[in-house]
Amino acid sequence: MTTDVDTPVSAKSTAEDDPPGATRSERLSALAQQHGALVTLVVAMIAASLSFDTFLTGDNLENMALSSAFLAVVALGMTFVIVTGGIDLSVGSLFALGGVLAAWGSQYGTAVALLLPLAVCGLIGLVNGLLIARSRLAPFIVTLAAMLGARGILLSVTDEGSTTYLVDKDSFFAKLGQDTLLGIGIPVWITVALFVLGAVVLRRTRFGQYVYAVGGNEDAAALMGAPVARTKISVYTLSGLCAGLAGALNAAWLVSGVTILGSGMELEAISAVVIGGTLLTGGFGFISGSLVGVLLLKVIQNVINQIGSLDSAYQQVVSGAFLAVVVIAQTWLGRRRRVL
Amino acid sequence: MTDLTLGRVTADRDRLLRLLQEYGVYLGVVVLFLANTVLTPHFLSTENFRTQAVQVAPVLIVALGMALAIGSEGVDLAVGSVMALSTSLLSLYLGYGPWIAILIALVGGAVIGVANGSLIAFVGVQPIVATLALMVAGRGLALVLLPQLKDVHDPAMASLGSGDVLGVPYLVLIAAALALLVAFVVRRTTFGRQLLAIGDSRAAARLAGLPVRRVLILVYVCSGVLAAIAGVLATARLTASDPTSLGNLMELSAITAVVVGGTPLSGGRVRIGGTVAGAVLIQLLTTTLIKHDLPPSWTQIAQAVVIVLAVYAARERGKR
Repeated sequence: MTTDVDTPVSAKSTAEDDPPGATRSERLSALAQQHGALVTLVVAMIAASLSFDTFLTGDNLENMALSSAFLAVVALGMTFVIVTGGIDLSVGSLFALGGVLAAWGSQYGTAVALLLPLAVCGLIGLVNGLLIARSRLAPFIVTLAAMLGARGILLSVTDEGSTTYLVDKDSFFAKLGQDTLLGIGIPVWITVALFVLGAVVLRRTRFGQYVYAVGGNEDAAALMGAPVARTKISVYTLSGLCAGLAGALNAAWLVSGVTILGSGMELEAISAVVIGGTLLTGGFGFISGSLVGVLLLKVIQNVINQIGSLDSAYQQVVSGAFLAVVVIAQTWLGRRRRVL
Repeated sequence: MTDLTLGRVTADRDRLLRLLQEYGVYLGVVVLFLANTVLTPHFLSTENFRTQAVQVAPVLIVALGMALAIGSEGVDLAVGSVMALSTSLLSLYLGYGPWIAILIALVGGAVIGVANGSLIAFVGVQPIVATLALMVAGRGLALVLLPQLKDVHDPAMASLGSGDVLGVPYLVLIAAALALLVAFVVRRTTFGRQLLAIGDSRAAARLAGLPVRRVLILVYVCSGVLAAIAGVLATARLTASDPTSLGNLMELSAITAVVVGGTPLSGGRVRIGGTVAGAVLIQLLTTTLIKHDLPPSWTQIAQAVVIVLAVYAARERGKR
């Protein structure tokens, strides 16, 4: 939560910042950190397609792509937060809240269905950011409170969860979730577009540089003249917006606002970001990695589903173990780079 | 932060503020208690006290372990899953007799604790992430062992859950005894002092030659075993094992109790009395809202507000 003496110092710089004289093993561990998830994903997909005839079918891939899309949008916002060295535990609740608000709002048109969840979830994200940046409260505890609070608002809106708002199947909003373009679902296109945008923002804009700087060393960033508080407020707002949008798209896809969704989603999103190579200590991470992380999680879940005899409880065991292994590998690689 | 030129007024106000932060949780309990005495019908009855105390016992036991983890500048998100795992193990081994089953359940909690502690102490993973991984895996494991709700028919378990001594339920006695034990450990033992030193500054503790890794592992083992005890007691009270929902959101309640009770998230201090009061405060808050026919969702919103207020107050203390 605060600085730990074990934190690898050099791992906080981005890969490009490696000194020119970096040794071969240093470069190798950097590569592993950057592309390890992608290699694992490719291996997992090859293994899965060889093992199950049902894996590489159009239906299955389409299903995986769609269910990945919603998590990916959440993970996109989470990546920005984690690169600043923070964490957002409220995204699962905001995802569910966004979905319910979108389904309720869809009776007043697509604009309301999209803008209402964005406004409410963005506002909660903004409050998170303000408390964290201005009052210097621990991100984990603030967003934990937001997780509880947002779930409470959700239950309030749905009469303690007893009312399910439905989306009119013929509305434009429902089509947004269900139609396809070139055989690929609209939510997948939206997700891909958002990731391209996110990568450009993080890598090529001044704001992106501030995000890295704040995560690398907050005091140094402040001395450099980076607007630390504003950057933090922005990333939590962004995370809230992403979770709300993902919830709205999910509601359009399911044509209803399902109240029980999203629990445990914060864990999935954090896992995906971490598996994608972003360091939880901040200052180092990739947008593309988070997408790979999401796909990897979904492929593993899919494989476990395909092995019919294994029930969903094993998914959790495997996901947890997987997260632990990745974090161990990350810490190990980071430490190696510092020592050398 | 006090400016010398501002004189006594500021100093007095500061001291008052500090006292309020220090003892605010007790004040909160007293205020809520008095408010309920006046406003809630049938609040002042033995039956009601008994119900409230029995409900607060498992939360308090989990919060004791959480207080140790937070005191070492960590956190244990796996506690809810450990409760689920302990209830599954209990049901699974009940055939060998209740005490053996309870022992196995506690060992299960200890094993998760060792895993948490090793990830944190040896690998250097942040506590949030390490315990997050075991939170997911632990709940999965509980469900693998026991896929659905199972009734527990055992006389010893039943008496553990509903028995009492002179009107005080076993659950409450056990929770009180554990609170005293943990308070003793924190204040009077070497382990307690080492734990606080590590929470204060891990680097300094290491330089001073303290067995940092061993202490950290022991902290998470304590947290795991306490959560497992809570799981066993909750199972005894409900006379059923429900690995799907037992301990859900327990990590939140426990963290709230600890933080509201004045233990700073930055480590180095543990307030067991405050933790007990914090757990009671949350229980009273929930009761107040429910007894006045406010929907359960309001409880969650209220709890969220209380967490933020408590941490906000703690922030001022940290700046002192």
